[in-house]
Amino acid sequence: MAMLPEVFRHIFKKRATLMYPFRDREKIPVPEGLRGKMSFNRELCIGCGLCARFCPSGAAKLVEDDKGKRPIFYIDQCLFCAQCEEVCPRKAITLTREFEVAGFNRSNLVVK
Amino acid sequence: MSVSSSYERFFDIPIGPQHPALKEPLFLKLIVEGEHVVAADVDVSYTHRGIERAMQERNYVQNIYLAERICGICNVAHTLCYCQNVEGLYDVEIPSRALYIRVLVEELARIHSHLLWLGVAAHEIGFDTLFMYVWRDREIVMDLIEEVTGNRVTSAINTIGGVRRDVKPETCDKCLKAMDYIEERTKYYKRVCKTDPTIAARCVGVGILKPDEAVRLCAVGPTLRASNVKYDVRADDPYAVHDEVPFNVIVYDTNDSFGRILVRIDEIFESINMVRYCIKHMPSGPVRARLRLNPPVGEHLSRVEAPRGELVHYVKSNGSEKPERYKVRTPTFENLSALCEMLTSKGNYVVNIADVPVVFASIDPCLSCTSRVAILDSERGKIWIGSLEELKRLKR
Ligand code: SF4
Ligand code: SF4
Repeated sequence: MAMLPEVFRHIFKKRATLMYPFRDREKIPVPEGLRGKMSFNRELCIGCGLCARFCPSGAAKLVEDDKGKRPIFYIDQCLFCAQCEEVCPRKAITLTREFEVAGFNRSNLVVK
Repeated sequence: MSVSSSYERFFDIPIGPQHPALKEPLFLKLIVEGEHVVAADVDVSYTHRGIERAMQERNYVQNIYLAERICGICNVAHTLCYCQNVEGLYDVEIPSRALYIRVLVEELARIHSHLLWLGVAAHEIGFDTLFMYVWRDREIVMDLIEEVTGNRVTSAINTIGGVRRDVKPETCDKCLKAMDYIEERTKYYKRVCKTDPTIAARCVGVGILKPDEAVRLCAVGPTLRASNVKYDVRADDPYAVHDEVPFNVIVYDTNDSFGRILVRIDEIFESINMVRYCIKHMPSGPVRARLRLNPPVGEHLSRVEAPRGELVHYVKSNGSEKPERYKVRTPTFENLSALCEMLTSKGNYVVNIADVPVVFASIDPCLSCTSRVAILDSERGKIWIGSLEELKRLKR
């Protein structure tokens, strides 16, 4: 019966959960190094293709645009492993702390 | 399976693969006589994902993340085992700070896994208050893992040659503070488990596995240690810095589900002390050795003590950027034959149908990592799950 005093104490404690996503959005503790949605800097990229080669899930795909080769990131396939950030020789990719990437339309889930 | 009987009073009860009491797709075929289970058969082949084959199609770096996804809860153990394995192909020394960080994260993951299991076990027993309290406290460990590695669940911290990020001093302070809190809470949960009549009624004497049977059936991990067999890969074949970090191998001689609860709770205390030791004694220096992309030709086998028991990975390299063969043997697979033993009534030991979920939960099953190869025997029209060894035997 070690449980009873604990249960009573909990009546007066503040609740452990947050009312996400309707309230308390700003209260979510997002740590410094969280791996979230990536940001891509087209100016730095040299089109070496290492990100696409080492991406474990095929989320980074190499395409050609008017300035040459460059990757496109399909975040609906992305694992947020940061391997692309790690291999990029020009630091063109950075994973930001943005974690709310769910959406209704797959075509929005692309980082260009 | 056939049970010989002089009278026809046996019934087959199929449970699963979709069943409200089970979280994972498992098919249990119980043969019962009245309320008593006299034989059990398990089929775990509902989540076969072909990971070993997929690993042969990807390069060594991509495979780190695939290995991580063999199991979500023990992802750290899987990447650790994978990375040690590939590092074994090179002749290379891993920086000692990296090894300390590996052990730190591994032990944090063990604390979270054991707390998760304690919650699930409480839920199976029907003690949902305990389940909710335990899972609330587990969040603290999850937050620590998120802080150290960058993600709550799939940590992606280990890499071939070391770890991918360093631990900051502020994070270490936070870890130490959180460990004090977790220790205090775990002490309380241990008191609850030891004194609560519900837990005693549901667990004591349920799911008996005798030491000699445990060894014969190759049980591993806490299931084995609750049968009073002192075996832990961290102590018997130390990897990373487990030869430097002191800890005790916890054993209990109750041989039942209750012992398995206590083993895991006591292991949380050991892990807490190991986390503290790692933080205090972590040397400074680099956290990663750079290695060539293609490992040399060769083969290697590595073992780690995952939260559920001994985990074995095997790799065969032909010098290209993809492994020629990869083999994983997960702890739950080893524990399944012990599970069938626990579910079999004999002599004075009876298993009631109501005990089945508790006994099943007591091995801390993780089925999606277990499902390996399905063998279809066309002559007898039978499908079963087999190991690579069995497959080899069949081929001959
Ligand atoms: S974070 Fe990982 S999965 Fe996502 S694009 Fe980069 S390498 Fe691919
Ligand atoms: S690795 Fe970096 S530089 Fe190379 S293609 Fe990808 S983003 Fe561009």
